[in-house]
Amino acid sequence: MELFDFYRKDRWPHVFCPGCGNGTVMNCFYRAFNDLGLSLDRTAFVGGIGCSSRIPLYINSDALHTTHGRAIAFATGLKLASPELKVVVFTGDGDLGAIGGNHFVNGCRRNLDMTVICINNNIYGMTGGQASITTPHDFMSTTTPTGNKEYPFDLAEIAVAAGANYVARWTTRQVHELTKSIKTALQKKGFAFVEIVAQCPTNFGRRNKMADPTQLLDWFKESSVRRDKARAAAVDHVDLNLAGQITVGEFVDRNRESYEELIGVVKHG
Amino acid sequence: MKTQPGEYFIQGNEACVEGAIAAGVRFFAGYPITPSTEIAEGLARRLTGDDGVFLQMEDEIACISAVIGASWGGAKSMTATSGPGFSLMQEAIGYAAMSETPVVIVNVMRGGPSTGQPTRASQGDVMQTKWGSHGDYQVIAFAPASVQEMFDLTVETFNYAEKYRVPAFLLSDAEVGHMRGLLTIPDKIRIVNRKEKGVKRSDEAYDISDELVHPFPVFGKGHKTMITGMTHAEDSRIEPEDSKIHQELVTRLSEKVLMNRKDINKWDVMCPGSKTMVVSYGAASLGAMEVAAQDDRIGLLRLKSIWPFPEEPVAEIASQCDRILVCEMNLGQLYGDIKRVALEAGCRKVELLSKIGGDPPTPSEVRHKLHEMGAI
Repeated sequence: MELFDFYRKDRWPHVFCPGCGNGTVMNCFYRAFNDLGLSLDRTAFVGGIGCSSRIPLYINSDALHTTHGRAIAFATGLKLASPELKVVVFTGDGDLGAIGGNHFVNGCRRNLDMTVICINNNIYGMTGGQASITTPHDFMSTTTPTGNKEYPFDLAEIAVAAGANYVARWTTRQVHELTKSIKTALQKKGFAFVEIVAQCPTNFGRRNKMADPTQLLDWFKESSVRRDKARAAAVDHVDLNLAGQITVGEFVDRNRESYEELIGVVKHG
Repeated sequence: MKTQPGEYFIQGNEACVEGAIAAGVRFFAGYPITPSTEIAEGLARRLTGDDGVFLQMEDEIACISAVIGASWGGAKSMTATSGPGFSLMQEAIGYAAMSETPVVIVNVMRGGPSTGQPTRASQGDVMQTKWGSHGDYQVIAFAPASVQEMFDLTVETFNYAEKYRVPAFLLSDAEVGHMRGLLTIPDKIRIVNRKEKGVKRSDEAYDISDELVHPFPVFGKGHKTMITGMTHAEDSRIEPEDSKIHQELVTRLSEKVLMNRKDINKWDVMCPGSKTMVVSYGAASLGAMEVAAQDDRIGLLRLKSIWPFPEEPVAEIASQCDRILVCEMNLGQLYGDIKRVALEAGCRKVELLSKIGGDPPTPSEVRHKLHEMGAI
């Protein structure tokens, strides 16, 4: 399948800014999906509201573009009514971790078969650059004009604690590792969560002296610490503090029984 | 598994469960809330294995979202709640209207605002049902007044949600939901299934023009369905800046309901032609029903559906009577529409008996008010 069999060229031009990390994630996702030989007709894509949540609308498949924060809840109903469909959610930090936080943790806990791709750009991009729940401490945004006083959520650690079967985090700089993790996630039974720290030069970089997307990518490279190495070095405090380090890698890979296995779902649609 | 036809002595909320099963519900998502919880409990027992999926979710927003998702998977889906949960669902109800997703929402009304009276009956959510989400849209809502109607009108709520691709409501209340009475499950029940894209079936949903109600493209059938709550063209292309596309879409969302009022609206009339008519619905009509049964000077128009507003039956009785008494368990929510239509139809006097606090107006309270109006 060619790239433009996967993506709907008829919906181009897309809404993403030049230099946006969404393109990298879309490319990695396409490669993972294509390498696995998955069928677009047997897959449904669900998004919430925000830049990353628009991705499903560009995929040549069934797509449900929902309300802000509720993509996982919509996907839960869709998956249980049509268990034969592979369900993939595209979401962002604000959509998943702020307004949708309740559905995120409960989705992980319920461990339904779905792949959730969260593109974490550390900002509300679509609305013009307001602080999000992953904006690093002290960083600038339109709603933190003197720097962010709060500390960010670590979405991957939350997913682990909440019970997801597979959790990984990479940045848009680690495309091979990211593609591999997306493949693992797509094949996983139960809830699989992949967080991607991605650059938003327009609304995050520009206000934090990194307006050039390559500056952000270089910064991701310099601050990424492999989780296994951090563990081996007994580094205690490696959270998603972009001012310091970004822990990347596979956070958990386990095989708790999925919700479908537990209730023995059959097709109802 | 459907319950066998026959007679049963059960609770209103349990009759709603039976109605949902009879209508073919395959997915229910709920969150515990008084006084609707028995519906979730009943469906938790019934929707297992081959019969469907019951899911208790983390909040009511998740419930309505999952129900909409399940509907796109092709399942007849439903949730049940009460005041606070109903308020939480409003954004997604607007999404269901905009995306034209058939879903059933049961609201067993309790006294509000806020936490209010969890165990007491009210009709405080009548206007919220119509106007609760932002933007212009129309919904379909039925108002049961008995255990039997909790069954019959649950089936109708499913039928009309499917037929017109809209969020449809069963607006019950704590009185009717917790009432116990006789339920007759008939041998034959009219069931309507949505008009599906690429499928021809003999079903009344197919009688409506495709221009007004588009065939429903179920996920997983290769339609490459694209569903969004944003303003979209007919091929579901997002066009939020195009005023013409927005006008056409939102106008059609309203018209498909308003133009079919005659198909949707249901009502009962007692003592037609009386000089004094009571207009009421749901639990608020119980007292008036007794008065109309005992006093042939008093008639009753009992609305079994309240949205879209049943203009025709109200206009018809108003053109034939001298005075109308509206009975509601709120401070007068449907009263405004009833008064507007009745005055236009030539009725000179339209008054309101409003009762809040949890109890339906009693027959003596109805008589007292009618006496004040000079009717008896």
